[in-house]
Amino acid sequence: MIEIFKRHGWEIGRLTFEHLWLTVSAMLFAALIGLPLGVFLTRKKGWAKPVIGLANVIQTVPSLALFGLLLPVPLLGDNAARLAIVALTGYALLPILRNTYAGIGSVSPELTSVADALGMTDWQRLWKVELPLAGSVILAGVRTATVICVGVATIAAAIGAGGLGELIFRGVASVDNGLVLAGAIPAALLALAADAGLGWVEKRLAVRQR
Amino acid sequence: MPTTGVEFAKVSYTPEGGHLILREISLALAAGTTTALLGRSGSGKTTLLRMVNGLVTPTSGQVKVHDKVVNSVRSTEELVSLRRSIGYVIQETGLFPHMTIERNTALAMELEGRPKDERERRTREVLEQAGLNFDALRTRYPWQLSGGQKQRVGLARALSLDPAVLLMDEPFGALDPLTRAEMQNMLKQLLVNLNKTVLLVTHDLGEALFLADRIVILAEGQVVADLPAREVLESPNPHVKDYVSAVRRQMVI
Repeated sequence: MIEIFKRHGWEIGRLTFEHLWLTVSAMLFAALIGLPLGVFLTRKKGWAKPVIGLANVIQTVPSLALFGLLLPVPLLGDNAARLAIVALTGYALLPILRNTYAGIGSVSPELTSVADALGMTDWQRLWKVELPLAGSVILAGVRTATVICVGVATIAAAIGAGGLGELIFRGVASVDNGLVLAGAIPAALLALAADAGLGWVEKRLAVRQR
Repeated sequence: MPTTGVEFAKVSYTPEGGHLILREISLALAAGTTTALLGRSGSGKTTLLRMVNGLVTPTSGQVKVHDKVVNSVRSTEELVSLRRSIGYVIQETGLFPHMTIERNTALAMELEGRPKDERERRTREVLEQAGLNFDALRTRYPWQLSGGQKQRVGLARALSLDPAVLLMDEPFGALDPLTRAEMQNMLKQLLVNLNKTVLLVTHDLGEALFLADRIVILAEGQVVADLPAREVLESPNPHVKDYVSAVRRQMVI
């Protein structure tokens, strides 16, 4: 076991870095789309059902199939990493979108009406009241999305996008369990670390109500 | 003849897809006086109060604050400046749980862009007017305060911009009787000195008589009684008599 990590140490490092890069880029895009879209949906509630429904549908497509389906798409098919990031963004979108929408929606109507009565503009209400109060719920969504991304990113190796999945796929193909573990263990550790780290931030953002 | 602080002119309200809540209410509240709005739950008293600061828009009729029609306010700036000229206190205090007592109290001033030293000076002043110690509480959060203290902070915040009009929606409804009596005393002292037009929603006739100059009773969306507070006990109006006898029954212990 240790032998495997010694032999592939340099490669594991490189692939971990690739894995992180795929995950972080996808999370960045997902947050850039999901947060504003989630806020928008709280203002236009009629859109919430179809939009969240669509994100839900993306979520249900098996990851290997999604990677495969995106392959023939122009501009995406030529670059495996780009394709993987787009697919991962799709997976990360739902938890972020849903939690942003639900988090802001759960702010008590009393507090939002007090915010209005104090003469806050819609923008001030969002920044000073709704986002701070919804912060930990939104972050819980980001946390779920990150863990999903780290997991799904291992499949990205199937289309040649790199990442720790590469070791796993190679291990499976050559019936080398050591190699599988060399990919799986760092991937699991990454997921655990992201979960713990973001969980800590989530706790910090939680607002004590009573 | 005192000038009019708040006026309702044939105000009706029917929520979208709902049944009628207020039917052609006409009332004029003299500036500097306190009016108590009584009625059962669902009689429309809170809805009427929330029309004054534009949280509810009447379906028909006009609401005026200092002779300015407020329910046709269209631009955000106008609505914002109207709201900042009106203090608003609610039962569940409406303090923001993620802000310290100092920031909660100073929030209206913060939104107005008042300088920091002025905010701090005024926050100290209004908290002390409401009977609280600024230095002891400034860094605390709402969950660390008792119900009575929170309600005092809510009142201090409403007074911070020295609004001419104060709206109070069952401000002491959630408090125990002793704290409630303390708060009523404190508020009465404040109102004597501050000369504000106050609209107080309550279901407690005792509180209304103690604090208000005038009593208005709403039932099923209509004004069924409107009289000076000192005439309440002698009034032949059946709605008023109902309230009075309910209170009298409580007093026979």
